[in-house]
Amino acid sequence: MATISVSDLRKGAKVELDNQPYVVTDFDFCKPGKGQALYRCKLKNMISGSTMDRTWRSADKVDTPDLANREVTYSYADGEDFIFSDNETYEEIRVPNSVLGNRKYFLIENANCEILLYNDKPIEVTLPIFIEKRIVHTEPGVRGDTATNTLKPAKLDNGYVIQVPLFVNEGDWVKVDTRTGTYSERILNKK
Amino acid sequence: MPQPGPANADLERLRALAPALHGRQRLLQAVRQFFAARDFLEVETPIRLPRPALEEFIDAEPAGDWFLRTSPELHMKRLLAAGYPRLVQIGPCFRRGEEGRQHHPEFTMLEWYRANAGCRDILADTVALVRAAAHAVAGAGQWRFRGETINADAPWEELTVDEAFQRHAGLTPEAAMREPAGFEQILVERVEPHLGRGRPTILRDYPLPFAALARPCPGRPDRAERWELYIGGLELANAYGELTDPTEQRRRFLACADFRRHEGRPIYPLDEPFLAALEAGIPPCGGIALGFDRLLMTLLDRPTIADVTAFPPATI
Repeated sequence: MATISVSDLRKGAKVELDNQPYVVTDFDFCKPGKGQALYRCKLKNMISGSTMDRTWRSADKVDTPDLANREVTYSYADGEDFIFSDNETYEEIRVPNSVLGNRKYFLIENANCEILLYNDKPIEVTLPIFIEKRIVHTEPGVRGDTATNTLKPAKLDNGYVIQVPLFVNEGDWVKVDTRTGTYSERILNKK
Repeated sequence: MPQPGPANADLERLRALAPALHGRQRLLQAVRQFFAARDFLEVETPIRLPRPALEEFIDAEPAGDWFLRTSPELHMKRLLAAGYPRLVQIGPCFRRGEEGRQHHPEFTMLEWYRANAGCRDILADTVALVRAAAHAVAGAGQWRFRGETINADAPWEELTVDEAFQRHAGLTPEAAMREPAGFEQILVERVEPHLGRGRPTILRDYPLPFAALARPCPGRPDRAERWELYIGGLELANAYGELTDPTEQRRRFLACADFRRHEGRPIYPLDEPFLAALEAGIPPCGGIALGFDRLLMTLLDRPTIADVTAFPPATI
């Protein structure tokens, strides 16, 4: 197991505690009076997202998690799982539904993605930031209402519903931001 | 205030620091005026030394075959032994690897010493100095720091380490030492946040193992004449009724060297000229080291030491 000396910890460093990977989200060196150095960290669990505080002393060593990033291409859905293939080795990587959550609606066949593996298990999938989707159903916008901050629901071709401006019509293609799952812009001249 | 200048992130940063840099000058002037009016001699002692003081957890930055000073303490005490009764120094000190929101590896230390005096005399100086500094820099004896009003003109709070641990952590300092977290972590996490709230706090009478250069309290040999100043939870200064017994001083240095060897930290040669000065006879004395940058942080209500420093390490 690889370790890191706490004096080498920085914001963004990854550590392993109780068989869970954490990222250091805040870090401060502090030294009370003439005493020994303390490293006060805020940690975020890379799987559950929960946060906690942890203080280490200068002599402490912390385990580092076995993490690997893979460039992959999305292939297909297999029941509750999603199958990607490694761009280098063509090895198949199976990602369970729980890792993707709602972002499964933004998977597009043959899209280039990144998978973060922890002990060879996928814990995070990074999708292309923007994807293009077709609106299959939305109510027509009210004529003359040009206020740009008014939104209405619109259904994508895979059933997922996003909020779009009133000028977006059924059959239009739109760009969706996969980080937030929100409408970004309408794509003109694509039908 | 600086004239507008070229657009460049570093230069913009430096222009935005103008209130802090002007505040630093006002504080420096107020401190010099304060000590001159009390007939202190301002001195400059070497910054590059062959024998930095042995302290358990302070590492010196090597500079050629020598080191940069971690504190001017030992040279100032030689001057005290020579008969100078009141000494002050403001200057840079260096501590290897210390970098955080309230630590820079290079920082400005304000130290002063009084012969034929003890901790209480240094406390009287400190109360008057912080009040004078607040009026000079913040414009009043009351100012805002970390979301609350600090009133330095009001009577200060004094707590013994025993009282503070009992009140804020619910245990004795000895019990804290036996906890897995240890004395220092409990101090930082559970006690310090309650100190210096609304007015400065003096935390005093440290367990002897936490006071390397201090003399034991009269009638309480397991507690030392050491106190620390806190404002808004931030530790600002460390004061000692100075240890003047050469035999005990040598014993503590050697014990410290053993501890450092065991910890795998570098060992520094004993400062024999300093020990010789103690042998020759040094009057009872009190002294204090105050973090000048941290005092400025509190008076200007800045969250980090970098906010009061023109060139923090990352920008040098």
